Amino acid sequence: MDFQLSFLMSSNVLPLLLQGAATTVRLFSTAWIIGILVAFLLVGLRAVPNRWIGRIVALFVEYHRNVPTVVQIMVWYFGMPEILPQDIKLWINRGDTEFLFAMIALGLNVSAFFAEDIRSGMRAVPHTQLEAARSIGLSAFGALIYVLLPQALRISVPPLINRSLILFKDTSLAMAIGVAELSYQTKAIENLSFRSLEVFFASTVFYLLASLALMGIGAWFSRRFPPAFKG
Amino acid sequence: MLDILSQYGMMFLVGTWPSGPVGGFAGTLILAGLGLGLSFPLAVLMALARTGHIKALRVFSTIWVYTFRGIPLVTIIFWVYFLLPVMIGTTVPAFTTALSAIVVYESAFLTEIVRAGLDGLPKGQMEAARSIGLSYFKAMRSVILPQALVNMIPSLLNQFVSTIKATSIVYIIGVQEITFSAQQINSIEMTKALSVYLVLAGFYFVACLGLSQFSKWLESQIRNRQLHGV
Repeated sequence: MDFQLSFLMSSNVLPLLLQGAATTVRLFSTAWIIGILVAFLLVGLRAVPNRWIGRIVALFVEYHRNVPTVVQIMVWYFGMPEILPQDIKLWINRGDTEFLFAMIALGLNVSAFFAEDIRSGMRAVPHTQLEAARSIGLSAFGALIYVLLPQALRISVPPLINRSLILFKDTSLAMAIGVAELSYQTKAIENLSFRSLEVFFASTVFYLLASLALMGIGAWFSRRFPPAFKG
Repeated sequence: MLDILSQYGMMFLVGTWPSGPVGGFAGTLILAGLGLGLSFPLAVLMALARTGHIKALRVFSTIWVYTFRGIPLVTIIFWVYFLLPVMIGTTVPAFTTALSAIVVYESAFLTEIVRAGLDGLPKGQMEAARSIGLSYFKAMRSVILPQALVNMIPSLLNQFVSTIKATSIVYIIGVQEITFSAQQINSIEMTKALSVYLVLAGFYFVACLGLSQFSKWLESQIRNRQLHGV
Protein backbone atom coordinates (compact mmCIF):
# COMPACT_ATOMS: atom_id res chain seq x y z
CA MET A 1 0.00 0.00 0.00
CA ASP A 2 2.74 2.45 -0.98
CA PHE A 3 1.74 5.91 -2.02
CA GLN A 4 2.84 6.91 -5.51
CA LEU A 5 2.38 10.55 -6.33
CA SER A 6 3.65 9.92 -9.86
CA PHE A 7 0.55 7.81 -10.51
CA LEU A 8 -1.71 10.79 -9.90
CA MET A 9 0.42 12.96 -12.15
CA SER A 10 0.44 10.51 -15.05
CA SER A 11 -1.09 11.63 -18.31
CA ASN A 12 -4.00 9.17 -18.22
CA VAL A 13 -5.08 9.98 -14.65
CA LEU A 14 -4.55 13.68 -14.02
CA PRO A 15 -6.77 14.92 -16.89
CA LEU A 16 -9.64 12.69 -15.69
CA LEU A 17 -9.36 13.99 -12.13
CA LEU A 18 -9.20 17.61 -13.25
CA GLN A 19 -12.15 17.06 -15.57
CA GLY A 20 -14.10 15.53 -12.68
CA ALA A 21 -13.24 18.42 -10.38
CA ALA A 22 -14.25 20.92 -13.07
CA THR A 23 -17.61 19.15 -13.55
CA THR A 24 -18.16 19.21 -9.78
CA VAL A 25 -17.50 22.96 -9.69
CA ARG A 26 -19.71 23.53 -12.74
CA LEU A 27 -22.55 21.49 -11.24
CA PHE A 28 -22.23 23.33 -7.95
CA SER A 29 -22.24 26.81 -9.45
CA THR A 30 -25.08 26.26 -11.93
CA ALA A 31 -27.25 24.57 -9.28
CA TRP A 32 -26.42 27.39 -6.86
CA ILE A 33 -27.60 30.03 -9.32
CA ILE A 34 -30.83 28.13 -10.05
CA GLY A 35 -31.27 27.70 -6.29
CA ILE A 36 -30.95 31.36 -5.36
CA LEU A 37 -33.19 32.53 -8.24
CA VAL A 38 -35.95 30.02 -7.46
CA ALA A 39 -35.59 30.83 -3.74
CA PHE A 40 -36.36 34.52 -4.34
CA LEU A 41 -39.31 33.46 -6.52
CA LEU A 42 -40.58 31.24 -3.68
CA VAL A 43 -40.19 34.03 -1.11
CA GLY A 44 -42.10 36.36 -3.43
CA LEU A 45 -44.86 33.78 -4.05
CA ARG A 46 -45.27 33.24 -0.31
CA ALA A 47 -46.00 36.94 0.08
CA VAL A 48 -48.94 36.68 -2.36
CA PRO A 49 -52.12 36.66 -0.26
CA ASN A 50 -53.57 33.52 -1.80
CA ARG A 51 -54.10 30.39 0.26
CA TRP A 52 -53.55 27.97 -2.62
CA ILE A 53 -50.30 29.55 -3.75
CA GLY A 54 -49.11 29.44 -0.15
CA ARG A 55 -49.97 25.77 0.13
CA ILE A 56 -48.26 24.83 -3.12
CA VAL A 57 -45.09 26.69 -2.11
CA ALA A 58 -45.18 24.99 1.31
CA LEU A 59 -45.55 21.56 -0.35
CA PHE A 60 -42.68 22.34 -2.73
CA VAL A 61 -40.47 23.34 0.19
CA GLU A 62 -41.41 20.34 2.36
CA TYR A 63 -40.92 17.88 -0.53
CA HIS A 64 -37.40 19.13 -1.10
CA ARG A 65 -36.54 19.23 2.60
CA ASN A 66 -37.86 15.77 3.50
CA VAL A 67 -36.93 13.59 0.54
CA PRO A 68 -33.27 12.52 0.14
CA THR A 69 -31.43 14.52 -2.50
CA VAL A 70 -30.41 11.40 -4.40
CA VAL A 71 -34.07 10.35 -4.67
CA GLN A 72 -34.93 13.79 -6.03
CA ILE A 73 -32.20 13.35 -8.64
CA MET A 74 -33.65 9.93 -9.58
CA VAL A 75 -37.18 11.31 -9.87
CA TRP A 76 -35.89 13.86 -12.38
CA TYR A 77 -33.58 11.57 -14.32
CA PHE A 78 -35.66 8.37 -14.47
CA GLY A 79 -39.16 9.70 -13.90
CA MET A 80 -39.61 13.13 -15.43
CA PRO A 81 -38.87 12.14 -19.05
CA GLU A 82 -42.23 10.28 -18.93
CA ILE A 83 -44.21 13.49 -18.54
CA LEU A 84 -41.97 16.21 -19.96
CA PRO A 85 -43.17 17.63 -23.29
CA GLN A 86 -41.43 16.13 -26.31
CA ASP A 87 -39.68 19.39 -27.26
CA ILE A 88 -38.09 19.90 -23.84
CA LYS A 89 -37.03 16.24 -23.75
CA LEU A 90 -35.34 16.53 -27.13
CA TRP A 91 -33.63 19.75 -26.06
CA ILE A 92 -32.30 18.15 -22.87
CA ASN A 93 -31.19 14.98 -24.68
CA ARG A 94 -29.22 17.04 -27.18
CA GLY A 95 -27.00 18.31 -24.39
CA ASP A 96 -25.44 16.47 -21.47
CA THR A 97 -28.65 14.79 -20.23
CA GLU A 98 -27.27 13.49 -16.92
CA PHE A 99 -25.65 16.80 -16.05
CA LEU A 100 -28.77 18.83 -16.86
CA PHE A 101 -31.10 16.65 -14.78
CA ALA A 102 -28.68 16.63 -11.85
CA MET A 103 -28.38 20.42 -12.13
CA ILE A 104 -32.16 20.90 -12.11
CA ALA A 105 -32.67 18.49 -9.20
CA LEU A 106 -29.87 19.95 -7.07
CA GLY A 107 -30.92 23.53 -7.91
CA LEU A 108 -34.56 22.98 -6.94
CA ASN A 109 -33.48 21.05 -3.84
CA VAL A 110 -31.28 23.84 -2.56
CA SER A 111 -33.84 26.53 -3.48
CA ALA A 112 -36.23 25.20 -0.82
CA PHE A 113 -33.57 25.61 1.87
CA PHE A 114 -32.37 28.97 0.52
CA ALA A 115 -35.97 30.27 0.57
CA GLU A 116 -36.35 29.37 4.24
CA ASP A 117 -33.03 31.03 5.10
CA ILE A 118 -33.96 34.23 3.27
CA ARG A 119 -37.39 34.27 4.89
CA SER A 120 -36.00 33.83 8.40
CA GLY A 121 -33.71 36.81 7.80
CA MET A 122 -36.63 38.94 6.65
CA ARG A 123 -38.78 37.90 9.59
CA ALA A 124 -36.02 38.78 12.04
CA VAL A 125 -36.37 42.48 11.20
CA PRO A 126 -39.42 43.96 12.98
CA HIS A 127 -41.83 46.05 10.89
CA THR A 128 -41.19 49.03 13.17
CA GLN A 129 -37.67 49.24 11.74
CA LEU A 130 -39.11 50.23 8.37
CA GLU A 131 -41.48 52.73 9.97
CA ALA A 132 -38.67 54.26 12.02
CA ALA A 133 -36.40 54.45 8.98
CA ARG A 134 -39.08 56.16 6.89
CA SER A 135 -39.96 58.58 9.71
CA ILE A 136 -36.40 59.89 9.93
CA GLY A 137 -36.68 60.76 6.24
CA LEU A 138 -35.11 57.79 4.40
CA SER A 139 -36.68 56.82 1.08
CA ALA A 140 -38.11 53.32 0.74
CA PHE A 141 -34.94 52.34 -1.14
CA GLY A 142 -32.71 54.00 1.45
CA ALA A 143 -34.52 52.22 4.25
CA LEU A 144 -33.98 48.91 2.47
CA ILE A 145 -30.27 49.49 1.83
CA TYR A 146 -29.26 51.12 5.12
CA VAL A 147 -31.67 49.67 7.66
CA LEU A 148 -33.47 46.49 6.58
CA LEU A 149 -30.89 44.56 4.53
CA PRO A 150 -27.94 45.02 6.92
CA GLN A 151 -30.02 43.42 9.67
CA ALA A 152 -31.65 40.71 7.54
CA LEU A 153 -28.42 39.63 5.81
CA ARG A 154 -26.71 39.07 9.15
CA ILE A 155 -29.35 36.44 9.89
CA SER A 156 -29.65 34.97 6.37
CA VAL A 157 -26.10 34.72 5.08
CA PRO A 158 -24.53 32.25 7.57
CA PRO A 159 -27.17 29.53 6.92
CA LEU A 160 -26.98 30.30 3.19
CA ILE A 161 -23.22 29.63 3.25
CA ASN A 162 -23.74 26.50 5.34
CA ARG A 163 -26.35 25.22 2.86
CA SER A 164 -23.99 26.02 -0.04
CA LEU A 165 -21.45 23.73 1.62
CA ILE A 166 -24.04 20.94 1.77
CA LEU A 167 -24.89 21.58 -1.90
CA PHE A 168 -21.21 21.28 -2.74
CA LYS A 169 -21.00 17.89 -1.04
CA ASP A 170 -24.32 16.82 -2.58
CA THR A 171 -22.90 17.22 -6.09
CA SER A 172 -21.24 13.85 -5.38
CA LEU A 173 -24.71 12.24 -5.42
CA ALA A 174 -24.94 12.97 -9.15
CA MET A 175 -22.63 9.99 -9.69
CA ALA A 176 -25.73 7.86 -9.04
CA ILE A 177 -27.06 8.79 -12.50
CA GLY A 178 -23.62 8.77 -14.14
CA VAL A 179 -22.62 12.43 -14.17
CA ALA A 180 -18.85 12.40 -14.64
CA GLU A 181 -18.11 14.58 -11.62
CA LEU A 182 -15.21 14.02 -9.22
CA SER A 183 -16.66 11.07 -7.24
CA TYR A 184 -17.64 9.29 -10.45
CA GLN A 185 -14.18 9.80 -11.96
CA THR A 186 -12.54 8.72 -8.69
CA LYS A 187 -14.44 5.43 -8.77
CA ALA A 188 -13.78 4.99 -12.50
CA ILE A 189 -10.02 5.47 -12.12
CA GLU A 190 -9.97 3.17 -9.10
CA ASN A 191 -11.86 0.47 -11.02
CA LEU A 192 -9.32 0.56 -13.84
CA SER A 193 -6.09 0.93 -11.88
CA PHE A 194 -6.78 -0.49 -8.39
CA ARG A 195 -4.64 2.32 -7.01
CA SER A 196 -7.32 3.23 -4.45
CA LEU A 197 -5.09 5.04 -1.99
CA GLU A 198 -3.83 7.69 -4.40
CA VAL A 199 -7.14 8.41 -6.14
CA PHE A 200 -9.21 8.53 -2.95
CA PHE A 201 -6.59 10.76 -1.35
CA ALA A 202 -6.64 13.21 -4.25
CA SER A 203 -10.43 13.51 -4.34
CA THR A 204 -10.67 13.77 -0.53
CA VAL A 205 -8.16 16.62 -0.53
CA PHE A 206 -10.13 18.44 -3.21
CA TYR A 207 -13.47 18.14 -1.38
CA LEU A 208 -11.91 18.98 1.95
CA LEU A 209 -10.07 22.10 0.78
CA ALA A 210 -13.16 23.46 -0.97
CA SER A 211 -15.34 22.73 2.08
CA LEU A 212 -12.85 24.31 4.47
CA ALA A 213 -12.78 27.40 2.26
CA LEU A 214 -16.58 27.67 2.44
CA MET A 215 -16.54 27.07 6.22
CA GLY A 216 -13.86 29.76 6.51
CA ILE A 217 -15.99 32.27 4.62
CA GLY A 218 -18.92 31.44 6.89
CA ALA A 219 -16.85 31.88 10.05
CA TRP A 220 -15.39 35.14 8.76
CA PHE A 221 -18.84 36.51 7.95
CA SER A 222 -20.25 35.63 11.38
CA ARG A 223 -17.29 37.31 13.08
CA ARG A 224 -17.32 40.39 10.86
CA PHE A 225 -21.13 40.75 10.88
CA PRO A 226 -22.51 39.31 14.14
CA PRO A 227 -26.29 38.82 14.15
CA ALA A 228 -27.17 41.60 16.57
CA PHE A 229 -25.80 45.14 16.51
CA LYS A 230 -23.88 45.83 19.66
CA GLY A 231 -24.57 49.46 20.59
CA MET B 1 -48.90 5.14 -8.24
CA LEU B 2 -51.46 3.24 -6.18
CA ASP B 3 -51.04 0.13 -8.33
CA ILE B 4 -47.28 0.26 -7.73
CA LEU B 5 -47.88 0.64 -4.01
CA SER B 6 -50.36 -2.23 -3.82
CA GLN B 7 -48.26 -4.52 -5.97
CA TYR B 8 -44.85 -3.79 -4.44
CA GLY B 9 -45.84 -2.44 -1.02
CA MET B 10 -44.10 -5.25 0.87
CA MET B 11 -40.95 -4.85 -1.21
CA PHE B 12 -40.88 -1.15 -0.33
CA LEU B 13 -41.41 -1.96 3.34
CA VAL B 14 -39.12 -4.93 4.00
CA GLY B 15 -37.32 -5.68 0.70
CA THR B 16 -37.01 -9.37 -0.17
CA TRP B 17 -37.43 -10.47 3.46
CA PRO B 18 -38.19 -13.22 4.61
CA SER B 19 -36.56 -14.99 1.64
CA GLY B 20 -33.62 -12.57 1.73
CA PRO B 21 -32.12 -10.09 4.19
CA VAL B 22 -34.31 -7.38 5.71
CA GLY B 23 -34.35 -4.45 3.29
CA GLY B 24 -36.80 -1.83 2.14
CA PHE B 25 -37.86 0.86 4.54
CA ALA B 26 -37.16 -1.44 7.49
CA GLY B 27 -33.57 -1.71 6.23
CA THR B 28 -33.35 2.07 6.00
CA LEU B 29 -34.60 2.50 9.57
CA ILE B 30 -32.25 -0.19 10.91
CA LEU B 31 -29.28 1.39 9.16
CA ALA B 32 -30.16 4.92 10.31
CA GLY B 33 -31.02 3.82 13.85
CA LEU B 34 -27.87 1.75 14.30
CA GLY B 35 -25.79 4.46 12.61
CA LEU B 36 -26.98 7.20 14.90
CA GLY B 37 -27.02 4.95 17.98
CA LEU B 38 -23.44 3.77 17.49
CA SER B 39 -22.09 7.21 16.63
CA PHE B 40 -23.63 8.80 19.71
CA PRO B 41 -21.15 7.46 22.31
CA LEU B 42 -18.34 8.39 19.92
CA ALA B 43 -19.81 11.90 19.61
CA VAL B 44 -20.07 12.34 23.39
CA LEU B 45 -16.37 11.42 23.76
CA MET B 46 -15.44 13.75 20.89
CA ALA B 47 -17.48 16.60 22.37
CA LEU B 48 -15.82 16.13 25.78
CA ALA B 49 -12.43 16.14 24.05
CA ARG B 50 -13.41 19.26 22.11
CA THR B 51 -14.54 21.18 25.19
CA GLY B 52 -11.93 19.77 27.58
CA HIS B 53 -8.54 21.04 28.67
CA ILE B 54 -6.20 18.54 27.03
CA LYS B 55 -4.79 20.20 23.93
CA ALA B 56 -3.88 17.06 21.98
CA LEU B 57 -7.42 15.69 22.36
CA ARG B 58 -8.92 19.05 21.46
CA VAL B 59 -6.87 19.26 18.26
CA PHE B 60 -7.66 15.67 17.33
CA SER B 61 -11.41 16.04 17.79
CA THR B 62 -11.44 19.37 15.94
CA ILE B 63 -9.66 17.80 12.96
CA TRP B 64 -12.07 14.85 13.12
CA VAL B 65 -15.13 17.10 13.04
CA TYR B 66 -13.92 19.38 10.24
CA THR B 67 -12.68 16.52 8.08
CA PHE B 68 -15.87 14.47 8.19
CA ARG B 69 -18.09 17.51 7.84
CA GLY B 70 -16.05 18.58 4.84
CA ILE B 71 -16.18 15.50 2.64
CA PRO B 72 -19.24 13.82 1.09
CA LEU B 73 -20.59 10.57 2.55
CA VAL B 74 -19.78 8.91 -0.78
CA THR B 75 -16.09 9.64 -0.22
CA ILE B 76 -16.22 8.13 3.27
CA ILE B 77 -17.93 5.03 1.84
CA PHE B 78 -15.08 4.70 -0.70
CA TRP B 79 -12.48 4.89 2.07
CA VAL B 80 -14.22 2.38 4.35
CA TYR B 81 -14.79 0.05 1.41
CA PHE B 82 -11.07 0.15 0.70
CA LEU B 83 -9.51 0.45 4.17
CA LEU B 84 -11.70 -1.68 6.46
CA PRO B 85 -10.89 -5.05 4.79
CA VAL B 86 -7.18 -4.13 4.79
CA MET B 87 -7.33 -3.18 8.46
CA ILE B 88 -9.14 -6.28 9.75
CA GLY B 89 -7.75 -8.65 7.14
CA THR B 90 -10.99 -10.17 5.90
CA THR B 91 -13.83 -9.27 3.55
CA VAL B 92 -16.51 -7.03 4.95
CA PRO B 93 -20.22 -7.27 4.06
CA ALA B 94 -21.72 -4.25 2.31
CA PHE B 95 -24.03 -3.54 5.25
CA THR B 96 -21.09 -3.28 7.67
CA THR B 97 -19.23 -1.03 5.24
CA ALA B 98 -22.22 1.29 4.93
CA LEU B 99 -22.86 1.29 8.67
CA SER B 100 -19.23 2.11 9.50
CA ALA B 101 -19.21 4.98 6.99
CA ILE B 102 -22.46 6.37 8.40
CA VAL B 103 -21.18 6.13 11.99
CA VAL B 104 -18.04 8.09 11.10
CA TYR B 105 -19.98 10.65 9.04
CA GLU B 106 -22.72 11.23 11.61
CA SER B 107 -20.26 11.39 14.52
CA ALA B 108 -18.94 14.68 13.16
CA PHE B 109 -22.38 16.29 13.12
CA LEU B 110 -23.43 14.73 16.44
CA THR B 111 -20.27 16.03 18.12
CA GLU B 112 -21.34 19.57 17.27
CA ILE B 113 -24.84 18.90 18.62
CA VAL B 114 -23.49 17.47 21.88
CA ARG B 115 -21.03 20.34 22.17
CA ALA B 116 -23.82 22.88 21.69
CA GLY B 117 -25.79 21.04 24.39
CA LEU B 118 -22.83 21.23 26.79
CA ASP B 119 -22.17 24.89 25.98
CA GLY B 120 -25.87 25.66 26.40
CA LEU B 121 -25.84 24.93 30.12
CA PRO B 122 -24.96 27.75 32.53
CA LYS B 123 -21.34 27.61 33.68
CA GLY B 124 -22.58 27.66 37.26
CA GLN B 125 -23.74 24.05 36.92
CA MET B 126 -20.20 22.72 36.48
CA GLU B 127 -18.80 25.10 39.09
CA ALA B 128 -21.46 24.13 41.63
CA ALA B 129 -20.94 20.41 40.95
CA ARG B 130 -17.18 20.72 41.35
CA SER B 131 -17.47 22.87 44.48
CA ILE B 132 -19.53 20.24 46.30
CA GLY B 133 -16.61 17.89 45.73
CA LEU B 134 -17.54 15.94 42.59
CA SER B 135 -14.71 14.98 40.22
CA TYR B 136 -14.81 16.25 36.62
CA PHE B 137 -16.14 12.93 35.30
CA LYS B 138 -18.62 12.46 38.11
CA ALA B 139 -19.90 16.02 37.55
CA MET B 140 -20.19 15.37 33.81
CA ARG B 141 -22.00 12.10 34.30
CA SER B 142 -24.44 13.04 37.06
CA VAL B 143 -24.98 16.78 36.58
CA ILE B 144 -24.02 18.12 33.16
CA LEU B 145 -24.79 15.31 30.67
CA PRO B 146 -28.28 14.43 31.98
CA GLN B 147 -29.38 18.05 31.64
CA ALA B 148 -27.64 18.60 28.32
CA LEU B 149 -29.06 15.39 26.85
CA VAL B 150 -32.66 16.43 27.50
CA ASN B 151 -32.07 19.74 25.74
CA MET B 152 -30.47 17.88 22.84
CA ILE B 153 -33.39 15.53 22.12
CA PRO B 154 -34.99 17.71 19.40
CA SER B 155 -31.64 18.19 17.63
CA LEU B 156 -30.98 14.46 17.88
CA LEU B 157 -34.33 13.73 16.26
CA ASN B 158 -33.54 16.16 13.45
CA GLN B 159 -30.20 14.42 13.01
CA PHE B 160 -32.07 11.11 12.79
CA VAL B 161 -34.08 12.60 9.92
CA SER B 162 -30.82 13.67 8.22
CA THR B 163 -29.41 10.19 8.76
CA ILE B 164 -32.46 8.51 7.18
CA LYS B 165 -32.01 10.75 4.15
CA ALA B 166 -28.24 10.16 4.05
CA THR B 167 -28.63 6.35 4.02
CA SER B 168 -30.32 6.54 0.60
CA ILE B 169 -26.94 6.69 -1.16
CA VAL B 170 -25.64 3.37 0.22
CA TYR B 171 -27.55 1.45 -2.46
CA ILE B 172 -24.51 2.17 -4.69
CA ILE B 173 -22.59 -0.55 -2.82
CA GLY B 174 -25.62 -2.87 -2.91
CA VAL B 175 -26.97 -2.48 0.63
CA GLN B 176 -30.60 -3.56 0.91
CA GLU B 177 -32.67 -0.54 1.83
CA ILE B 178 -35.63 1.26 0.34
CA THR B 179 -33.82 3.08 -2.49
CA PHE B 180 -32.28 -0.25 -3.49
CA SER B 181 -35.78 -1.80 -3.49
CA ALA B 182 -37.05 1.02 -5.71
CA GLN B 183 -34.19 0.41 -8.16
CA GLN B 184 -35.13 -3.30 -8.28
CA ILE B 185 -38.83 -2.56 -8.76
CA ASN B 186 -37.99 -0.07 -11.49
CA SER B 187 -35.94 -2.68 -13.34
CA ILE B 188 -38.85 -5.14 -13.12
CA GLU B 189 -41.47 -2.64 -14.27
CA MET B 190 -39.35 -0.74 -16.80
CA THR B 191 -42.05 1.72 -17.89
CA LYS B 192 -43.36 3.18 -14.64
CA ALA B 193 -40.25 4.95 -13.37
CA LEU B 194 -42.02 8.14 -12.31
CA SER B 195 -44.60 6.28 -10.18
CA VAL B 196 -41.94 4.04 -8.61
CA TYR B 197 -39.70 6.93 -7.64
CA LEU B 198 -42.59 9.09 -6.43
CA VAL B 199 -43.74 6.24 -4.17
CA LEU B 200 -40.15 6.01 -2.92
CA ALA B 201 -40.12 9.77 -2.29
CA GLY B 202 -43.49 9.42 -0.53
CA PHE B 203 -42.09 6.96 2.02
CA TYR B 204 -39.26 9.31 2.94
CA PHE B 205 -41.58 12.33 2.87
CA VAL B 206 -44.10 10.90 5.33
CA ALA B 207 -41.47 9.53 7.72
CA CYS B 208 -39.16 12.55 7.70
CA LEU B 209 -41.91 15.18 7.82
CA GLY B 210 -43.61 13.33 10.67
CA LEU B 211 -40.38 13.05 12.64
CA SER B 212 -39.42 16.70 12.16
CA GLN B 213 -42.91 17.88 13.19
CA PHE B 214 -42.65 15.68 16.28
CA SER B 215 -39.25 17.17 17.02
CA LYS B 216 -40.69 20.70 16.75
CA TRP B 217 -43.49 19.81 19.16
CA LEU B 218 -41.02 18.24 21.58
CA GLU B 219 -38.84 21.32 21.45
CA SER B 220 -41.74 23.55 22.47
CA GLN B 221 -42.60 21.11 25.28
CA ILE B 222 -39.04 21.18 26.61
CA ARG B 223 -38.90 24.98 26.40
CA ASN B 224 -42.22 25.27 28.25
CA ARG B 225 -40.98 22.97 30.96
CA GLN B 226 -37.85 25.07 31.42
CA LEU B 227 -39.81 28.33 31.49
CA HIS B 228 -42.19 27.09 34.13
CA GLY B 229 -39.50 25.26 36.05
CA VAL B 230 -41.39 21.98 36.46
